Amino acid sequence: MRRYVSYRDFDWLLLGLVLLVCMIGVIQIYSATLHTRFAGAHIKQIYWIASGVGMMFLVSLISYEALLDRIHWFYGAAVISLVAVLVVGQRYLGARRWIKLWGTVHFQPSEWVKLVLILVLAKYFSELRQRDASLRDIVKAGLIGGVPLLLVLRQPDLGTALTYVPIIVMALFLGGIQFKHAAAILLVGAVLVVPVWKYGLKPYQKDRLTTFLHPEADTQGKGYQGEQSKIAVGDGGLWGKGIAQGSQTQNAFLPIPQTDFIFAALSEEHGFVGAIGLLLIYFVVLMRLVHNAQSAPDKAGALIVLGVVAVLTFHILVNVGMVVGFMPVTGIPLPLMSYGGSSLLFTFLALGIVMNIRMRRFVN
Amino acid sequence: MIGRDEKISNAKLVAIQYGILAIFLILGMRLWDLQILSSDKYESLAERNRIRTVPILAPRGKILDREGRIIVDNRPSSSVLLLRDQQRDWNEDLPKIADGLDLQLAEIQDRLRRFSAEPKFRPMNLKDDITDNDVAFIESHRDELPELEIIMEHRRLYPRNGFMAHVIGYVGEVSEQMLNSPAYELYEPGDVVGRSGVERQYNDILMGTDGERRSVVNSHGKELETLSSKPPVAGHQLKLTIDLDIQVAAEEALEGRNGAIIAMDPRSGEILAMASRPAFDPNQFSVRISRQDWNALITDPGKPLMNKAIQAQLAPGSVFKVIMSVAGLQEGIAQDMHVNCGGGKVFYGRLFKCWIAARHSSHGDVNITKAIYQSCDSFFYTLGERLGIGKIASYAQALGLGQPTHVDLPDEVGGVMPSEEWKVKNFKQKWFAGETISVSIGQGAVATTPIQLARAIGGIASGGVLHRPHIAFPDELPPQYKEASSKYPDEVDVQIDPQNLQIITDAMAQVVSPVGTAPQAHLQNVDFAGKTGSAQVVSNEFKKSLSKEAAAQYKDNGWFVGLMPRRNPEIVVAVLVEEGEHGSLAAGLASQVIKAYADKHRAPAQKLARAGKASGPPLEMAAFWSTPAPVGDPDSKGEQLHAGRFVILEDAQARGLRP
Repeated sequence: MRRYVSYRDFDWLLLGLVLLVCMIGVIQIYSATLHTRFAGAHIKQIYWIASGVGMMFLVSLISYEALLDRIHWFYGAAVISLVAVLVVGQRYLGARRWIKLWGTVHFQPSEWVKLVLILVLAKYFSELRQRDASLRDIVKAGLIGGVPLLLVLRQPDLGTALTYVPIIVMALFLGGIQFKHAAAILLVGAVLVVPVWKYGLKPYQKDRLTTFLHPEADTQGKGYQGEQSKIAVGDGGLWGKGIAQGSQTQNAFLPIPQTDFIFAALSEEHGFVGAIGLLLIYFVVLMRLVHNAQSAPDKAGALIVLGVVAVLTFHILVNVGMVVGFMPVTGIPLPLMSYGGSSLLFTFLALGIVMNIRMRRFVN
Repeated sequence: MIGRDEKISNAKLVAIQYGILAIFLILGMRLWDLQILSSDKYESLAERNRIRTVPILAPRGKILDREGRIIVDNRPSSSVLLLRDQQRDWNEDLPKIADGLDLQLAEIQDRLRRFSAEPKFRPMNLKDDITDNDVAFIESHRDELPELEIIMEHRRLYPRNGFMAHVIGYVGEVSEQMLNSPAYELYEPGDVVGRSGVERQYNDILMGTDGERRSVVNSHGKELETLSSKPPVAGHQLKLTIDLDIQVAAEEALEGRNGAIIAMDPRSGEILAMASRPAFDPNQFSVRISRQDWNALITDPGKPLMNKAIQAQLAPGSVFKVIMSVAGLQEGIAQDMHVNCGGGKVFYGRLFKCWIAARHSSHGDVNITKAIYQSCDSFFYTLGERLGIGKIASYAQALGLGQPTHVDLPDEVGGVMPSEEWKVKNFKQKWFAGETISVSIGQGAVATTPIQLARAIGGIASGGVLHRPHIAFPDELPPQYKEASSKYPDEVDVQIDPQNLQIITDAMAQVVSPVGTAPQAHLQNVDFAGKTGSAQVVSNEFKKSLSKEAAAQYKDNGWFVGLMPRRNPEIVVAVLVEEGEHGSLAAGLASQVIKAYADKHRAPAQKLARAGKASGPPLEMAAFWSTPAPVGDPDSKGEQLHAGRFVILEDAQARGLRP
């Protein structure tokens, strides 16, 4: 079936924008870790970006259709790897999230499971005959997404588990969920909130949510991180304090400014102008992705690209929302910006598949 | 592959685009709110995070005696502060701190609550005078407990064993009540101020102005750089009229007894010595006093916190007869009055006993002179009856009895000088003539303080010129103090004819002679005069109703007011010995103080030989010290106090010592 694949159709504009975000991230990581024991992290980040870009090119060569054909194997492997984490994973800060591969290299399965989930749901809904999804389809899709979600919750990693939700929601939306079903699911969800709160959440998770809802009750303890983050953002003002000049960032008042709170660090040092500028780039990236979905050769391709859009948008919303005090503190990184390999590699892998879909837009 | 050609509807894509746009708009508006609209607020919060202000405490001024010898000094000490602006989880940290610093958790929480209204950047004092162990704990928990900060302080170093404790007073954290009064409006919670005595009276002079150091810190409390430093301004030193040599004599005389001694120069009102017993240790207060120690002090029946020289209001007993004599002689009644004692007299159908009746004896024929040196009650009953309460009260009041002397010490009490008007005003009752008889010998409702008696009798012996007692040299005080004290007259002139003065003072000189009531207080070669007194604590009737053992509990208070020389005296000494039974004991104590004064001022000034070719003036150093009492000394109290000064010549060798 494949006839013609060329890098002429590779989305160079998208890559350029993505690399721009990465570059801003590297500069911010440099500034935020300058006086800490993480100094030099930006160099490592460059290595991660380089390998991410390499992966992206490699993945862009693999036909997404071939991936979809074998997706049940990947899904099985994903579930097994999540079970493996629970059994042999490395315990760190009370949660098992990583599998130690060799030396200091750790593998976090929950990241790439996102990608598998996007693909498997895309395949499921692209093969539906009818226009609207039946209740049966919804339950099936719910099970496909629900199993890995519950396994990640068991680690426990509420933040990552939550990132699976937009993938499922986007798939259901595009798969043609009917209004009455959506309303029914929301209703059931609302009813389930109380028992889940009572029995389903760990005490620290409850703490985070309560301090988010009532931050003034305890600004010194659990609400500290969120409060310091808001102070950092507000301290930036219009133009910011300048690179390596933000006192919240530099004097360690801002928690982990190179990872989860990197947007707060950027907001302090580059101000409203810098923060809005970065959001603008993200916005253009997302619009570009939606454009690619529009021009995808088939429904499956469009579903995959929009799944990626859903994950990235959710990450940005939750991370920036957390930094500005809209959302509770969860360990969700800012895509392409936050220091760390797992998140970067996931994003570039996802972009690789998007590139492949784009390059095949004229195939049929 | 059915359905693959079916594309996603455009409407859904547009919905997704608008959804993303909405999310970004909301985030952007929030950034606008935080970074543009509220940036001032967050900037100041960041500033408060970043900048730590730690006070540099100013040392209080030293307190010196009249010769410049140091009475109260400071010693360096470390305290630990709780930096409340550190955003910490107190519920988690406070138990650790309480445990590590050996403090009561509830007490810390209590203090933290009281500080809650204060701005966060004002640190709270957690523990004073910390030990090496505390320092080690703080240093080793720098990262875990960054809210702890050690600062250097200058802590008050008071004389030991309660020496001069009541005069000096003590310092402590300013109380909430004090803060609410206008006099303390410039003070802030946590400020250390004088709480009693001279420390409180002259707090504004003694207290310095704290400095502060502002520095940049990180979230772990580590100091990164110092921004600015405002040096503290030390408090001024204060010179008292106290003469340590006399003070030592007074303290030693009173040791082991309850009561008070005050020595004053009646020519100026300068207080030379003031002691009160039982005493307390002001050093207990220089560190925060524990609740237990405080309770022990305020529940002690001996009232150790009370300065009895100015706060004990008691019947003056026979000392009042000096005032009676002034009234009787000035009114022309007493000069030629003769009374046959007979062990007592009957007035208004009731027998008023003379004290000598207890010895189954009588004074026989008594004139004014004998009445004074033998303290004959019958004579003064008769004199009182003839004078009437109106005359007695007007002389006593003119001589300052029953009213505060306005000495420059806090919380002086006034006492009572009864009169007809006083009785009507306070009891809505008529004056009974029998009461006049009791008042004539300083009993009944008369209540005076030792300082009142010292001023009155010193003034009488000085020809009726009474000075306001004071403990600081008025000329050396800042203007606001002079203004405050100008409300009260420094000098009061009561007319006393010289011949009357002579009768009284000569009779008083005989008190310490073999014919007087205190012969054993006699001092060789010293013109020493005085008047004894013993005052009942309860009435004779009440005493009779008790068993012998119970009655023994209510021992009389012993009084003595002594002068040297008898006319125009240089020193007047008032002694109160609670439960001292008889004035002769008090007279013995007064004679010790007078002797110390006489010895000091009669000793030839020692010339200090100057060694070598020392050019500069010699350096004088004040000192007072204690030495172990000689073994076998029956009066041994373990220690003997001395005061003196060292003179150090230029080659820094002590050449002379004048104790």
